[in-house]
Amino acid sequence: MHPLAAASDSTGGFQGPSIDEFFPSVLLFDGTPFEINRIMLARFFAVIVLFLVFWLGTRKMKLVPGRFQSIVEMGLDLVRVNIAEDLLGKKDGKRFLPILTTVFFMVLFMNLTGIIPGFNIAGTSLIGIPLILAAVAYVVFIYAGIRKHPGAFFKNALVPPGVPWPLYIIVTPIELVSTFVLRPVTLTLRLLMNMIVGHLLLVLFFTATSFFLFESGNLFALFGIGTIAFGFVFTLFEILVAVLQAYVFSLLTAVYAQLALNDEH
Amino acid sequence: MLSTTSTVVAAGESHNPLLPATPDLVWGAVCFVAILLIFWRLVLPRMKTMLDERAEVIEGGIKKAENAQAEAAAALEEYNKQLADARAEAAKIREQARTDATRIANDVKAQAQADADRITANATAQIEAERQSALVSLRGEVGSLAIDLASGVIGESLTDDRKASAIVDRFLSELEADEASKAGK
Repeated sequence: MHPLAAASDSTGGFQGPSIDEFFPSVLLFDGTPFEINRIMLARFFAVIVLFLVFWLGTRKMKLVPGRFQSIVEMGLDLVRVNIAEDLLGKKDGKRFLPILTTVFFMVLFMNLTGIIPGFNIAGTSLIGIPLILAAVAYVVFIYAGIRKHPGAFFKNALVPPGVPWPLYIIVTPIELVSTFVLRPVTLTLRLLMNMIVGHLLLVLFFTATSFFLFESGNLFALFGIGTIAFGFVFTLFEILVAVLQAYVFSLLTAVYAQLALNDEH
Repeated sequence: MLSTTSTVVAAGESHNPLLPATPDLVWGAVCFVAILLIFWRLVLPRMKTMLDERAEVIEGGIKKAENAQAEAAAALEEYNKQLADARAEAAKIREQARTDATRIANDVKAQAQADADRITANATAQIEAERQSALVSLRGEVGSLAIDLASGVIGESLTDDRKASAIVDRFLSELEADEASKAGK
């Protein structure tokens, strides 16, 4: 798994980013299941900031909100109205609101640590968080389906009624794979790969800038201007990706729950 | 600023980004539970309380406005009713005045008619009386005049009063009959 590292060896001075970016050295509790490295610190930081923002933002809520409260309300309403209530309706939206809000803001804040100076790594760029959240989404939609259609959920999902019986030979494996295998896998990989690639791009641009400016010959320094400009643009792009991935992840969690709830055929 | 491969764990050791390490899952789960608790137990209940209060205030405002509107409508209705009453009252008074005026005019007319009739009757009676007296005096004068005239014509004195009187009466009755036939035409 060192294609870039291997390539960089042959170029001499320049060291491109590798997948080892995501496995930084252990800072605490080495060798235990509680090992802490820079990515874990970024996650803790995200949790603390999230707690402070929402604790302070909802501490003394007024009926006529101030600026800060308005922003906090806007964020919470984005999940409550645009995701939960739009897709699941008032009643079911309320049931799943804590999970959906958690998914949205956890992904958002942990994505954003990728562009915070000092961390420069998204808490979601290790497979742990995407995997856990995908598992949560998986449990949520299966739970919703079983509660709504006890006994009939798996049958409806795998052997949808109204299909001529020979087609079940094709339909059932497709449904099994798409519903119960691909959903969590795509949820995990979409978020993970977005964050990994975004981080690698940023590292590439900034290490290249450093290399051009300080290690290469005079004229190559000009390339450094281009690479740092790209680094800046992609930093902005990472903000967009952070918000978008948080939205997509929580939206898909709600969509899967909604499909399970409406699975009547 | 950015970590490079030089700070990474033992060189040559390969990592698969798709295989989760135990600490990754442990701390990921801890973070998830912490955030879930923050939203589930702290933030969303506060938000819900505030939204309920806000909805209550807005509904209260709407209710108040509805009450005010109902009051205004009632006042308008009352005003219209009073206006209609006043109009009806005015119409009644006008009608009363009109009938009074008609009655007074009729009374006056009747009174005048009665006066005129009475005056006319008086005048007629007076005229009749005067005519009678004129007739009587005329009869006396015409008689003596005719006797004188006839005495002259026949050359004798109609001293015989009985005879003379008979002649005059006959003449007058003929005259009257003549007049009556004239009037009858």
